[in-house]
Amino acid sequence: MTALLQVEDLHVWFDLQDGGELHAVQGVSVGVERGERLGLVGESGCGKTTTVLALMGLLPPSASASGRVLLEGTDVLAGGEASMRPHRWSDVAIVFQGAMNALNPVRTIGSQIVEAIELHGEAGGKAARAQTGELLESVGIPAARASRFPHELSGGMRQRAAIAMALSCHPKVLIADEPTTALDVMVQAQILELLDSLCRDFGLALILVTHDLPVVAQLCDHGAVMYAGEIVERGLVDTLYHAPRHPYTRLLFAATPDLGHETEEIVSIPGAPPRLDQPLVGCPFRPRCDSAFEPCATSRPLLRRVADRHAAACHLNDRPSQAPG
Amino acid sequence: MSAVGAPLLDVDDLVVRYPVPRGLIGLLRRRPQLAVHAVEGVTLVVEAGELVALVGESGCGKTTTAQAVLRLVDPLSGSIRFQGDDITQLGMRALRPLRRRMQIVYQDPYESLDPRLRVQATVEEPLLIHRMGGSKGERASLVSDALARAGLSPPELFLDRFPHQLSGGQRQRVAIAAALVLDPQLLVADEPVSMLDVSVRAGVLRLLEELKASGLGILMITHDLSTAARFADRIAVMYLGRIVEEGPAGEVVRNPQHPYTKALLSVVPRRDPRMRRRPQILRGETPDAVRIPSGCRFHPRCPIAIDVCTTEDPSLRRTDSTQSPHHRAACLLA
Repeated sequence: MTALLQVEDLHVWFDLQDGGELHAVQGVSVGVERGERLGLVGESGCGKTTTVLALMGLLPPSASASGRVLLEGTDVLAGGEASMRPHRWSDVAIVFQGAMNALNPVRTIGSQIVEAIELHGEAGGKAARAQTGELLESVGIPAARASRFPHELSGGMRQRAAIAMALSCHPKVLIADEPTTALDVMVQAQILELLDSLCRDFGLALILVTHDLPVVAQLCDHGAVMYAGEIVERGLVDTLYHAPRHPYTRLLFAATPDLGHETEEIVSIPGAPPRLDQPLVGCPFRPRCDSAFEPCATSRPLLRRVADRHAAACHLNDRPSQAPG
Repeated sequence: MSAVGAPLLDVDDLVVRYPVPRGLIGLLRRRPQLAVHAVEGVTLVVEAGELVALVGESGCGKTTTAQAVLRLVDPLSGSIRFQGDDITQLGMRALRPLRRRMQIVYQDPYESLDPRLRVQATVEEPLLIHRMGGSKGERASLVSDALARAGLSPPELFLDRFPHQLSGGQRQRVAIAAALVLDPQLLVADEPVSMLDVSVRAGVLRLLEELKASGLGILMITHDLSTAARFADRIAVMYLGRIVEEGPAGEVVRNPQHPYTKALLSVVPRRDPRMRRRPQILRGETPDAVRIPSGCRFHPRCPIAIDVCTTEDPSLRRTDSTQSPHHRAACLLA
């Protein structure tokens, strides 16, 4: 059976003003199946947002991409805009962090959703308005509020409206880029609950892009940890927390304060990620790693299978006695 | 002269309201003057060498409380005592020497630092404003000391840099150094790590811990209960302008008394996927601070409210099931 969405060996470069190139995404391979939730985790600049923009075909003109983005077996990246266009929003949709920026401030949320439905030929006129009402209800906004402007809604309600708009063409995959970052914890919980029920009720596949490991731990089945433009570890979220095979994954969890572990030492990871406008030699995490050894300085570890449904890019896994974690 | 044994900061029954503009028509029609009840009777103590976390959602009044403490906004009533001295009514001139003893670090080091100033100038500026530090050479050594204290060492490595040449964590340390250079006794930290990457947050929080150990009193404003639980000595939970629960951090987190605190704790995502619990999600949103609900301000969203909660406004008091005498909650049913 072909995968619902499969990204293979994705690379993205940005042209820099000084003539150089920034290699933002360096060979990312990742996929989701129907109803599956994947958390794409990493810190700022790791390439997680660029990865999802590339697979939506929404990169700016200064960027170039290579690799394959397979939607039910069809490569939508190869043919550029012409091959992506029929699938964007109708098969893969995205919700961004600042819902205020995704919504037009001078138009009601209802009219914006109606327009999305009509543009994609889903329905027209009365039928489109009826569908809009249903969509709003499905994300927890009373249909009567379709006539509200974005500024009349709270942050949480705006994020719900943005989710409704993303769902207007019945996508199979929903990408949510930091959907709760600007929201309060209680509103965050409401939005996470909504995403959870959308996946459950409609078999929607979810790619959650975030810097927040606990959010992934609570909502996703699988996680992919990104560092310096590549996925350094991928597996079930339970495995990532309880049996990580990359030091960065282990340290990220250890850097995250957790209720119930109030007396535990919280680690900070010294140093900063490498610059991506220069070629990387050896393991990109080596300068910050607490368990680097000889090969890490010279050879770049590849993402390899370490167990069933579990892959990591760390030389320590070649020495079974010293497996990290 | 400061009173001996008085707490570093002693806030009593503080009230801050912001008037809502009525507009000309409202004025002509003599509509009643409405106000945002930002802070409605907050009582709070911060001792030297203590880190107190003020926790709550946006709009709960935590930042206004901090601004009033620093006398950046004027309270309507209540009192603020700093080292025993009542500073509630002090004028601008009298406040000046106090300002250096109470400093603030803001959330976003990308905005709080002047992009055109080098680190040296940023950290030196407070000294110039307060006409402190003596000669140029003496100021330079104070700047270096402050940078070193903020964990930027050796200082020479950072003095000539501009903010854009620093990482987020380093910028926040520069902002902290600019506060420390005046040798304050109280530091207000408004969401000091929320804009930083996870991997550097712990470093900044540990720095606050070290400063606390050296005798500084710290009031940390945060929405992050996990961070408060780990780094604060005491936690005060705010809802709609009131502290609804307050106590030793471990007590509040492990044995919460107020239904709002319980709900907040239940929705905090945990690192361990096996710890997925059924969060107790409060429906709707915090009501508007212009129209505070009658009785207990939490009753419209409270899962356990009874009739009396709609009429009686509970005060912060000890409850039967708390272990610490300093653990208090404002709930009729706790």
